[in-house]
Amino acid sequence: MAGAITPSEYIQHHLTNWTFGKHPDGHWGFAHNAEEVAQMGFWSIHVDSLLWSFLLGAIFLFVFHRAARNMTSGTPGRLQNFVEWVVEFVDQNVRGSFSAKNDLVAPLSLTVFFWVLLMNLMDLVPVDWLPWLAGQFGHAVLGMDPHHVYFKVVPTTDLNVTAGLALAVFVLMLYYSVKVKGLGGFLAELSFQPFGKWGLPANLLLEGISLISKPVSLALRLFGNLYAGEMIFILIALLYSGGIVWGTLGGVLQLGWAIFHILIILLQAFIFMVLTIVYLDMAHQHH
Amino acid sequence: MNIGLTLLGQTIAFIVFVLFCMKFVWPPIMTALNERKKKIADGLAEAERGFKQQELAERNAEQKLSEAKQQANDILNQAHKRANEIVEDAKMAAVEEGNRIKEAAHAEVEKEVHRATEQLRVQVSAVAVAGAERILKKEIDAGAHQDILDELAAQI
Repeated sequence: MAGAITPSEYIQHHLTNWTFGKHPDGHWGFAHNAEEVAQMGFWSIHVDSLLWSFLLGAIFLFVFHRAARNMTSGTPGRLQNFVEWVVEFVDQNVRGSFSAKNDLVAPLSLTVFFWVLLMNLMDLVPVDWLPWLAGQFGHAVLGMDPHHVYFKVVPTTDLNVTAGLALAVFVLMLYYSVKVKGLGGFLAELSFQPFGKWGLPANLLLEGISLISKPVSLALRLFGNLYAGEMIFILIALLYSGGIVWGTLGGVLQLGWAIFHILIILLQAFIFMVLTIVYLDMAHQHH
Repeated sequence: MNIGLTLLGQTIAFIVFVLFCMKFVWPPIMTALNERKKKIADGLAEAERGFKQQELAERNAEQKLSEAKQQANDILNQAHKRANEIVEDAKMAAVEEGNRIKEAAHAEVEKEVHRATEQLRVQVSAVAVAGAERILKKEIDAGAHQDILDELAAQI
């Protein structure tokens, strides 16, 4: 598939999103290469990331909603069993870490966990399959050069996606902090700890950093882990163009990395959920 | 990697998904889970109650059984006592009857003896008279000596 393009072009191609945005000249349209994407700046939409993330979220909700509708307190079926297992797992974590009373947190945690898990799982699809399909589709239907069809299939390797989730969590943290402690209480918490009122500037700086670092670390941890994993898959995929020996080695490496990566996929989804719960719990606590 | 509108899109999607999950997914599942929990708890309590009832019934039956045994024993004892009484009564009646018969026999015998004695007396007196008659033959007048003869006969 790499054809005549160089390894760096191959990697570059794999790391570029299918982007719709505002061109420097003011009109809106799809970007044709990485430079155009870069020029769009903030006014760009990563169509592939959003497409897959919406699709996976919809699949999650569809399946769980179906199970929820057919829920019985008698003997559960297969789907219900699975759904119950996931729900109880999430519920246990929420009960363990979240001490206040809030009906939003448990469904939020379930959504975060399963949605992120599904998005991470896209990493296990061999890196060339879906982009190649998209390239063929773009070539055949839209008459585009396949090399200019960009298609990233793992939403969580897009910082926008992880930051979007973290932003929502951050907004909720602020909302509940203000709601539980009052605006004054929340500001006092930021201003008068840990050094008392005479260390106010230092307090503000420390608490502010600690507050901001929560969503930032949330977004960067997930993004970093998945981006690195994806990058290794791409590097392994480069071996396939190096003849039969390198290709075989690549196959073995890909299998090994995929198996190990399952752990990361699950772990990162779990960590994202647990940290969300913990951060929201902290927002509910008086210090 | 640009930070762009994608971020906002993702945030909005997240909010929508969470709201959907909160409204339509989580509550029915939790309801069913709690319902099942309650069902199981109820079932266990029911089983516990059943066990207790069984125990109670067993104890009841045991008590009834021992009562019945006691009653049977009482009845048996009473019957024994009654039987003994009947036998005793019968014995007593028999002895009495025997005594009565014996006495009657005694009286009969006495009467017979008396009659025989009377007869004997008459006969003896007759024999004595006859003897005396023979000895004295004509010398003695039976009519004249009747007093003496009667006296003799009375002495027998």
